[in-house]
Amino acid sequence: MSRLSELEYLGLPPMKRKLYDIGQFFVNLPLKILNILKQIPLGIWKGICAVGRFFASIGKIFAEGDWKTRISFLIMGFGQFFRHQIGRGIIFLGMESLFVWFMAVMGGGYLAGLGNLGEQATIKTLNDYGLEVVTYKDNSLKILLYGVLTIFIIAGFIWTWYINIKQNHVAQKLIEKGVRPKSFKNDLKSLADEQYYKTLLAVPLLGITVFTIIPIFFMILIAFTNYDYSHLPPDKLFGWVGWDNFRTILAADASGNDKFAYTFREILIWTMIWALVATFSNYFLGMFVAMCINRKGIKFKKVFRTVLVMTIAVPQFVSLLLVSKMFSNEGIVNGILREHLGWITENIGFWTTQDMARIMVLAVNLWVGIPYLMLIATGVLMNIPGDIYESARIDGASGFKQFTKITLPYMLFVTGPYLLTSFTANINNFNVIYLLTAGAPKTMAYEGGAGGTDLLITWLYSLTVTNNDYKIAAVIGILVFVVVAVISLIVYNVSPAMKNEEDFQ
Amino acid sequence: MSEKKKYRSKSGRERVTRILIYIFLTALCLIWLIPFIYLVFQAFRGESRSMVTYIFPKEWSFDNFIFLSTKTPFWSWYLNTFIIALFNAVLQSAIVLCVAYALSRMRFKGRKFIMNLMLVLGMFPGFLSMIATYFILKLFGLTSENSVPGLIIVYAASSGMGYYIAKGFFDTIPRSLDEAARIDGASRARVFFCIIMPMAKPIIIYTIMMAFMAPWGDFMYASLITFGHEEAYNVAVGLYKWLDKEHISNYFTIFCAGGLLVSIPITALFMALQKYYVEGVTGGAVKG
Repeated sequence: MSRLSELEYLGLPPMKRKLYDIGQFFVNLPLKILNILKQIPLGIWKGICAVGRFFASIGKIFAEGDWKTRISFLIMGFGQFFRHQIGRGIIFLGMESLFVWFMAVMGGGYLAGLGNLGEQATIKTLNDYGLEVVTYKDNSLKILLYGVLTIFIIAGFIWTWYINIKQNHVAQKLIEKGVRPKSFKNDLKSLADEQYYKTLLAVPLLGITVFTIIPIFFMILIAFTNYDYSHLPPDKLFGWVGWDNFRTILAADASGNDKFAYTFREILIWTMIWALVATFSNYFLGMFVAMCINRKGIKFKKVFRTVLVMTIAVPQFVSLLLVSKMFSNEGIVNGILREHLGWITENIGFWTTQDMARIMVLAVNLWVGIPYLMLIATGVLMNIPGDIYESARIDGASGFKQFTKITLPYMLFVTGPYLLTSFTANINNFNVIYLLTAGAPKTMAYEGGAGGTDLLITWLYSLTVTNNDYKIAAVIGILVFVVVAVISLIVYNVSPAMKNEEDFQ
Repeated sequence: MSEKKKYRSKSGRERVTRILIYIFLTALCLIWLIPFIYLVFQAFRGESRSMVTYIFPKEWSFDNFIFLSTKTPFWSWYLNTFIIALFNAVLQSAIVLCVAYALSRMRFKGRKFIMNLMLVLGMFPGFLSMIATYFILKLFGLTSENSVPGLIIVYAASSGMGYYIAKGFFDTIPRSLDEAARIDGASRARVFFCIIMPMAKPIIIYTIMMAFMAPWGDFMYASLITFGHEEAYNVAVGLYKWLDKEHISNYFTIFCAGGLLVSIPITALFMALQKYYVEGVTGGAVKG
């Protein structure tokens, strides 16, 4: 498609303009991908700059501050007491004393423990009567967990401290200008008004910090330890091993055994195939079903739609477990084919060979996914203005041509972000795989109890729950993140619909 | 009238296509319904509790439901799940709506950072953070026998990251409404409760509905948190066990009965609120 000048572009009727935009988007795709690669070093540089600015502003506040502000560097809330902000002062001072008390009593010890995650393992001895006596010593897991919590508390404190000096600075400037700083009462009031976002976000962000950020940070650290079935606290200790686990997964372990690396590669490839096929097969077939149902002149639209939608409502563990059993060796499908129809003499092993099981999970996934896509596609298809089709028909475009030139580009354009989310969701699609096959068929070629239909996420699950191989699980989790992040980064940057969130308002 | 005539006068090709579509859609609906029909038949089968190779029960009875109620902890699993779902519906919706409103309506320092942070965190497999969360919950004694509050916390705590659909909806409410109210002296909090909330009814219902339904289907988190304590299971973990090699020959129809009891209320609720679900899902997918 040739590029139009701005004047020519503006001269087009709106509908053609839209189609032109869509065409240009696909033309510009490769260039955009190149641009993303350029952004990565830029992002790192921006991060460094932000840190620099942080220290610069601390220096500036100290240089410009009067004695009250400067003392507040040491005694938090000091300046506030002299500037009619006693409420704030008390809060800051209280936080500081709490922090100092915590660090003196516990935090310091926790932090020191991070060095080697415990020295003395639990001792089991026999007492005089021949009974086992267990003396619990260091528990590496607790040491690491408390250490991580302490790091976050320190980070939180530094942040509070920074706010403290900054507020001192602001209040000082205001007083120099002859304005009285806000009272505590006004502070509280503004939490329901200009600063309402703080009230709204406080609890959600706290929840995310404690139950997502800290756990993820903790698991990233676990990836650098040897925490597994042979180093299970409280009986045994585990310690730092550097990049060893990454080496085990990506190349070979210390003894040159590359079975883990092989398993990882195989499962990664299957995960990618699965995500790609599952996403696009659902997408196109769902769209096809939606077009069938919405076709002019088709009756019982509501009945068809309701039947399909109903399957979304039934909890997956009921429907998928049942389907998995229906296709098992003694299941109803084999039973009917063998006994009632006589088409087969031996049971078909739907879940027993790798290829068959993979085809089956993809097929059953269609059963799960088509209703969703049918709903989404219906919504989008309704939005395509009818006159585009009208003019296409007049121009003599066949039904197929209308589909490839209008419907499909429009769908792809509008649902681009959805395709990405469903692709990444499929990479982490635990339910479908685990409830259908639990990763089976298991094979000896794979390490760590993995099987032929295991995705990285289900392998991660079984490594943790059945094998207790936490260190490898942590590495796999990090690698899943890397894969998802790279794919998302590329798609986000080339997808037009993700940008300009303000456009909708 | 003229519309009808047009169809009739069209070539037979159109009619053939339409018949083919009817056949296709009917077949599709059958395939989609078979597992549920099968589930119902198995749940009411009176003879043998193992899997059989025919669909229609030879003897209809309620035995499976009676067995389920008297000889298994099914109803305590059911109650656990129900309590979790109820709390989750309240907490998660409150959190999601707060986050969505703040990020949609207010502009403040760190807003972009928070949105990017949530995006990045969402890229980690959820189960990864679960392993450490398990230890944190264990510190507070909220695993095994106390799994119910533990699971409520797990589901609700990170739910702020799922704000996208609600934010997309808030984004479509014109901002001039807020501004007009604020000129009249309403605080942000008042605007949120008195102006936005009433207008956002569909998305509120959608959020509550999703939050209520999710715990019924969760297997992954619940199996880890409740590990080794049967009384604390939710329905998914409890029923899952009955289909393993040791239990299936004695529990298959029991599983079906339990599955039916779980599915009916959830499906009924879903069908009743279907309209809101469709709105939420299509809106979310299109706006991203």
